[in-house]
Amino acid sequence: MADEEDIILSELDDEELVLQMHDDLYDGLKEEIEEGVRILLDRGWAPYDVLTKALVAGMTIVGADFRDGILFVPEVLLAANAMKAGMAILKPLLAETGAPKVGKMVIGTVKGDIHDIGKNLVGMMMEGAGFEVVDIGINNPVENYISALEREDADILGMSALLTTTMPYMKVVIDTMKEKGMREDFIVLVGGAPLNEEFGKAIGADAYCRDAAVAVQTAKDFMSRKHNKLAAG
Amino acid sequence: MSDPLSRLLATRDWLLADGATGTNLFNMGLTAGEAPELWNTDKPDNIRTLYKSAVDAGSDIFLTNTFGGNASRMKLHNAQSRVRELNRIGAELGREIADAAGRTVIVAGSMGPTGEIMAPMGSLTHEIAVEMFHEQAEGLKEGGADVLWVETISAPEEYAAAAEACGKAGMPWCGTMSFDTAGRTMMGMTSAAMAAMVEKLPNPPIAFGANCGVGAADLMRTVLGFVAAGPERPIIAKGNAGIPKYHDGHIHYDGTPDLMAEYAVLARDAGATIIGGCCGTMPEHLAAMRKALETRPRGPRPTLDEIAAKLGGFSSASDGTGDDEAPGRERRGRRRG
Repeated sequence: MADEEDIILSELDDEELVLQMHDDLYDGLKEEIEEGVRILLDRGWAPYDVLTKALVAGMTIVGADFRDGILFVPEVLLAANAMKAGMAILKPLLAETGAPKVGKMVIGTVKGDIHDIGKNLVGMMMEGAGFEVVDIGINNPVENYISALEREDADILGMSALLTTTMPYMKVVIDTMKEKGMREDFIVLVGGAPLNEEFGKAIGADAYCRDAAVAVQTAKDFMSRKHNKLAAG
Repeated sequence: MSDPLSRLLATRDWLLADGATGTNLFNMGLTAGEAPELWNTDKPDNIRTLYKSAVDAGSDIFLTNTFGGNASRMKLHNAQSRVRELNRIGAELGREIADAAGRTVIVAGSMGPTGEIMAPMGSLTHEIAVEMFHEQAEGLKEGGADVLWVETISAPEEYAAAAEACGKAGMPWCGTMSFDTAGRTMMGMTSAAMAAMVEKLPNPPIAFGANCGVGAADLMRTVLGFVAAGPERPIIAKGNAGIPKYHDGHIHYDGTPDLMAEYAVLARDAGATIIGGCCGTMPEHLAAMRKALETRPRGPRPTLDEIAAKLGGFSSASDGTGDDEAPGRERRGRRRG
């Protein structure tokens, strides 16, 4: 390997560069991702194409290997940080060019729980998939969730818990949403190490997502169903 | 060998640890989101009941109700200034129950993770982590814990910080990690890598092992990974009683006492010395485990197939050890310097 030529990103053609960016995201190389994004933009790529073809497609590979137990949290955090750096360049441009919006998610860890690793991963992967994400942090009582959902006009609520002592709190939030007659207005996704599908069903969530990659896919599925329903109604 | 746990280990070929703290406290009325550690001062009788139920069921070791008793976690409840007090009292209540047991029972001062990510990936520096664990360790020591018990750790850096803190407090310690992600810890550490790391620590634990994770079968696979590494110190196995299910507002684990008895015998036969439960493990599980360990003869080391047949399948095909190391992704070329 050592005698191979160093790669100069700007000398690669578009197709090669995009593939190289997938590798660089996988390896969490922030500066290379920023450089790649700028090169594609300079070559006249639409910001939305840079986002989907280079960043989102790259993060999909990362997500799949995370799901399959090939990558773990440290590697995914690095990859997500690199993606975020690329996103920071694209975000203002995306707003200017009126790129399609996929949906909006409010996400937070429940009351009593400090863990935000899983939540951050989901948030970053959702952003990577084109969703708008409002992160309300850790240790959220039910009021925080309700007010954020109302304020943000969100489509999706994501709740995270890492402890068996805090996961039942998700039901408190969902029950409160029901009482207020707002449960049906949102897609509710739950996740966290001690949860499982049965738990998600039992507390009245729309779905349990076992990892960030699944969360993205599930969110997309529900959003397209929602759109179909609107179109049909 | 001046500490009580080492002395007890010298006289026995297995020890029964305790079961769940959270699950038991929920059954006494703890609500989701509340800090269990606050009950050390608010409802001490409930904590006495918790400890006593483990001792009565036959535990040789029980863990104090101080799992989340570090400054980072207690801050959520505005109780970060009470770390020392809550840990001291958690251990004092334990001392009281252990000393009244009429046999040697070890009070193990539980120290769970900070919940933060260590630098450089996250914001928690080694120094601050050591300081937080040390504060907790001093409280537990003051309250009379026999040994400190670091548990449910995911990051090797955090394990090392806790080790250093135990050393600063001049206390013997044990430390387990949670292998809950495709047979590894959330941070990707394999059982083999943990066994190697433990031996390299300047202040190694009396015993090391795994707790929590996914189910009993996964935990057994992790134990086999430790054994294969040929460690020099006793192995701890503290697995969950099955998988959490939700019934009528309560979390219920689906592992029966019979299953946990089976798991205890398998863990012993696999080479674990300190055997207990974790989430969902109630006194009736512990009693069944004790009885099985006392009455059933030692058998050969179980294979993965035997474990799966008796405890159910594994959560992932591989756990990243031995020949199963996950393949790396093919890269397109060399990175620029």
